[in-house]
Amino acid sequence: MKELGVEVLAISTDSHFIHKVWQEQELSKMVEGGVPFPLLSDPGGRIGQVYGVYDERAGVDIRGRFIIDPDFVVKAVEILTPEVGRNPEELLRQIKALQHTRNTGEVTPSGWQPGEKTLKPGPALVGKVWEIWKPQV
Amino acid sequence: MEQKEGCVGPARGPIIEGEPEEEKSKKEGISMKVKVGQPAIDFEANAYVPGEDFKTVKLSDYKGQWIVLCFYPGDFTFV
Repeated sequence: MKELGVEVLAISTDSHFIHKVWQEQELSKMVEGGVPFPLLSDPGGRIGQVYGVYDERAGVDIRGRFIIDPDFVVKAVEILTPEVGRNPEELLRQIKALQHTRNTGEVTPSGWQPGEKTLKPGPALVGKVWEIWKPQV
Repeated sequence: MEQKEGCVGPARGPIIEGEPEEEKSKKEGISMKVKVGQPAIDFEANAYVPGEDFKTVKLSDYKGQWIVLCFYPGDFTFV
């Protein structure tokens, strides 16, 4: 993440005091030195509400992940039920794809991985995508 | 903003541009959902920052960088 110039912020309805104890008691045993990013507190889920991830019945923020670009524009959202964990590889893939399209103006086809062919949108490409790219199914 | 040790100053939560505080609190509960392609909604939150202990951070402090904002259900849970 650091080498991609990405700042990670984790946020839950727990207090910042609980976050500190969690880092010291548990996270530091899972990840050497503990997690390197800030743990934010959203008491009452007020922030979760405006982000559309607050579950009022459970009183918690569910697993919502937002990628925000350097212009402060939301570029990608994923929301998962609490029982299912995220896929960091897919997150990295999306960040690399977003950074590539921002830097080059090219677009990335379905299933694109860094280093693979990208598409240059324009009149010449209309109806011709099949010539240079086929989906892997 | 650095906090005094032991201090639990309430953070502002969502910051909606151009609205006075009262209007904002009336609107709480109304879903103002963030959308892809639209600007992120700024907020202020108390945070535990590894190496710096407690701080109040704003999402907009990180403007100009790529940000991954991850909500999760709770500390000491299982997934």
